[in-house]
Amino acid sequence: MSERARALFLGLFSPIIFCLVAGGAVADEATWNSLNMPKGVTEVSQAAYDIHMIMIWICTVIGVAVFGFMFYVMFAHRKSKGVTPANFHENLTVEILWTIVPALILIVMAVPATTALLKVYDTENPDIDIKVTGYQWKWQYEYIGEGVKFMSELRTPQDEIYGRAPKGEHYLREVTEPLVIPTNKKVRFLITGNDVIHSWWVPDFAVKRDAVPGLFTAAWAKTDQPGIYVGECTELCGKGHAFMPIVVEVKEEAEYDKWMAAKKEEAVIYQSTIGKEWTNAELMAKGESVYAISCAGCHQAKGEGIPGVFPALFDSPIVTGPVEDHIGILINGVAGSAMQSFADQLSEVDIAAVIHYKRNSWGNEMGDTVQPIDILNYKQTQ
Amino acid sequence: MENTTSHRNVLIKSLLGAAVMFMFAIFVLPPLYDLFCEITGIGGKTGDAYTATEVVVDTTREVEVQFVATNNATMPWEFYPVEHKVVVHPGEQKEIVFYAKNLTGMDMVGQAIPNVLPNNAADYFLKTECFCFNNQPLAAGDDAELAVVFIIDPDLPASVNTVTLSYTIFDITDRGSMQVSQLK
Amino acid sequence: MAHGPSESFFSRWLFSTNHKDIGTLYLWFSFAMFLLGGAFAMVIRAELFQPGMQLIEPEFFNQMTTMHGLVMVFGAIMPAFVGLANWMIPMMIGAPDMALPRMNNLSFWILPFAFAILVSTLFMEGGGPNFGWTFYAPLSTTYAPDTVNYFIFGVHIMGASSIMGSINIIATVINMRAPGMTYMKMPLFVWTWVITAFLLVAVMPVLAGAVTMMLMDINFGTSFFDAAGGGDPVLFQHVFWFFGHPEVYIIILPAFGVVSQIIPTFSRKPLFGYSSMVYATASIAFLSFIVWAHHMFTVGMPIAGELYFMYATMLIAVPTGVKVFNWVTTMYKGALTFETPMLFSIAFVILFTFGGFTGMMLSIAAADTQYHDTYFVVAHFHYVMVAGAVFSGTAAVYYWLPKWCGRMYDETMGKVQFWIAFIAFNITFMPQHFLGLAGMPRRYSDYGLQFADWNMVSSIGAFMYGGAQLLFLFNVIRTIGWGKPIDDPKVWEGAEGLEWTLPTPAPFHTFSTPPVLK
Repeated sequence: MSERARALFLGLFSPIIFCLVAGGAVADEATWNSLNMPKGVTEVSQAAYDIHMIMIWICTVIGVAVFGFMFYVMFAHRKSKGVTPANFHENLTVEILWTIVPALILIVMAVPATTALLKVYDTENPDIDIKVTGYQWKWQYEYIGEGVKFMSELRTPQDEIYGRAPKGEHYLREVTEPLVIPTNKKVRFLITGNDVIHSWWVPDFAVKRDAVPGLFTAAWAKTDQPGIYVGECTELCGKGHAFMPIVVEVKEEAEYDKWMAAKKEEAVIYQSTIGKEWTNAELMAKGESVYAISCAGCHQAKGEGIPGVFPALFDSPIVTGPVEDHIGILINGVAGSAMQSFADQLSEVDIAAVIHYKRNSWGNEMGDTVQPIDILNYKQTQ
Repeated sequence: MENTTSHRNVLIKSLLGAAVMFMFAIFVLPPLYDLFCEITGIGGKTGDAYTATEVVVDTTREVEVQFVATNNATMPWEFYPVEHKVVVHPGEQKEIVFYAKNLTGMDMVGQAIPNVLPNNAADYFLKTECFCFNNQPLAAGDDAELAVVFIIDPDLPASVNTVTLSYTIFDITDRGSMQVSQLK
Repeated sequence: MAHGPSESFFSRWLFSTNHKDIGTLYLWFSFAMFLLGGAFAMVIRAELFQPGMQLIEPEFFNQMTTMHGLVMVFGAIMPAFVGLANWMIPMMIGAPDMALPRMNNLSFWILPFAFAILVSTLFMEGGGPNFGWTFYAPLSTTYAPDTVNYFIFGVHIMGASSIMGSINIIATVINMRAPGMTYMKMPLFVWTWVITAFLLVAVMPVLAGAVTMMLMDINFGTSFFDAAGGGDPVLFQHVFWFFGHPEVYIIILPAFGVVSQIIPTFSRKPLFGYSSMVYATASIAFLSFIVWAHHMFTVGMPIAGELYFMYATMLIAVPTGVKVFNWVTTMYKGALTFETPMLFSIAFVILFTFGGFTGMMLSIAAADTQYHDTYFVVAHFHYVMVAGAVFSGTAAVYYWLPKWCGRMYDETMGKVQFWIAFIAFNITFMPQHFLGLAGMPRRYSDYGLQFADWNMVSSIGAFMYGGAQLLFLFNVIRTIGWGKPIDDPKVWEGAEGLEWTLPTPAPFHTFSTPPVLK
């Protein structure tokens, strides 16, 4: 029995040890990266990574020592080896030692842990302030003082999620409009929630702060590395929790300035063309894309809804009723339900297009047209 | 038997005691709690309405105060600060204005809830007047300019140069008349 | 004077005032809940086997994760250890039964009632609770399904059950120890349970407060957690975690006690450092009250608060380390054999310590910005709760089952069950550390392609682990029905303690006259 037990132990543990050692020796950057926390591109992310690695090393050393000793004891002090058990059962010195030494190790850990946390909290003197608002189930970004504000929603189509189409390379990591920030500028994020608690996390920045409705939290990032960085919502917020990613695009300063100018121009142009008459084809095309992103998640791809949970739009009294009321639903939302007010989230063009699309799809044949100017008028002349 | 009588006595005493405890909890505790908050000054996120006393203006120091506005959930009002930032000296009284418009066809009541960042600045941001002290009714299509009058306490920690005052506006139309006093 | 159980099946089980029968009830109930919670986990891991939504909708997924947590924490793990307490504490201290046998019965029977209500919400309109077992407001208040009120009712009842059970344990241990059994002579299992009982009595009412405030907010127009009315969603988190952190120590302390009984037996050597173990347990319990906000490191706490909670949390490593060192030193220079209870106990020490290491990492608030609410946390708590508490509970069943039913379990089957569980557990949860570090948040019904490989591995492990539990069930039933009879009071060669002086199987009434302690 003892030989079998020993063989069993060695047989099972040596491959594990071998794999760990071999893996460590052979692992290339890519493999290591898929196992470990990213170093990220900011001072804070580097600090988080550093303290993480310090902790891993300390825990590994302690673990190897304790578990190694245990394995030795299990091997050397087995009854089948014929040992007689000792009878000692206390030793004050050793108890004091293994209380004090870990406490000292903790004090050693506390120093880098504290400096790292001070970095996380250093939100003073930012160059740019961005208000981040968590919605069910998307993000809104507002550049404070610049008048630039937009929603950022998941762009992956429902078909890919439900297996009706093959998944793209950026499955669940693509959004309608990424957050854009410049290199070498300290960006402060003021984070809040619109409805329930969400959490804004960008691993490469080591920024994670909860988006709580009614209050604001702050975080910051400053990087010199342009690129695209993907993040996630990290607080359960309902059914779309896994479907509201964050994409941040870091551009070189000059490019960022160009982007910002274009965004402001967009707003100006938009205002000046709001009275334009859109054709049926234009409205349907735009409406279809808005619907797929902002409505299909709840009301489903063909407006069929989920009985008892999300109303069907096909043949619904609102969609087949007066346009005025239909516009009202989108502008005001439905209090006490999951239907939000989209006044703040979708432009007049988007709202008009999606209302038009719904009233003329899946068997609804209202035949009426809804123009962006109608939405603007509704908002202004109520 | 003696047992039953004493048992019943215990029961009656316990029931009376429970009733007294509930009465105490409902009628005596809330005023006591208010008194406690008043005496200790604990309570409220950005402090009570501040009654301005003689405060010396610190002209050697400038603090940038930013204003952020956000709508909660289905609140459809237009709501934004007229100026998005000002620069003040600690001790200097300043008035700023938020604009609100009820875009719907119904009369509504809103409530603004303030928040100050960074956390350690909250105790030093003193509001003598704020539209957040009361709820804000707006008739359909109506708009309003909502004022905040504030002073930055000169004791604001030296490390703080920027203070951000944010308001989240909530729709409280269907909660009946509700005074949300910052004093509680 | 001593007599057997009631003749009628109903009066024996429905009206039992016998600590052994009530212990049995708790254990069977907890195992049924364990299988139910495990079924929910199977649904979760089946959906997460591949990216995309294949089997269920995200709304239902959220119900599964919520119910898995609630059922496992409140329905499986806690009642299992209460069952062990009921069976063993009176026998270990030489008492004839618990101090309050009728309340003991009530404590048990309200549990199936509460869980019937809770589980039935899955079949109601709007679906069951879907806001996580931590049910943060306002997701659990303003945005909750209608069934939330049943959830609150269920939580109140479970809480009442725990509070009554704890009162019973404290009263029993204080008043009914056999003459000569001073506090510092009590078995460690009794110590850990007494301390746990005090924790329960202290924090269960806090949970009741949290759900009552929720009830008020949802139904009576109050604004405890609603900023619009002057309240604060973060208040919910503080109140919940003031309960929630001691709760996880409530889960683990009895597990420590079990392991402290088993390791000395199979080392044939007394527990090393008995008084240190008692003081360490008490320190852990005390510290557990003052660290709750380490669950809230990303909520925007002022830095002073965050630093304090970080330091306080790190401190817990000291008494926990003391316990681990004492267990290892108990084994040192003993004469070890590796029967199934010992295998599970050794695995406990190794894997719980590993979970403790990840806990230490989580306590570092700056690094926690990368770990919080990711699979790293999920991996951490499954290491300490499954490889910790569940392994300890399994060890306890193998260890004490012969004493309970007078039959020996099949040792080979036990060892096989252990190895399958041990390997499957690690296959399930070790990759989850990598998932968390790579950026996968928890409570996600779907994920990006870069997380696919580890998710698949984890799901395979999970199904294996589920299979191991069925083998465990089979072994237990087989033992009770057809196991090899054993009548040696001592059962295990190295077993020490009053319970091992009793006949095997233990008669319906034991220690009707207190024993004489040597």
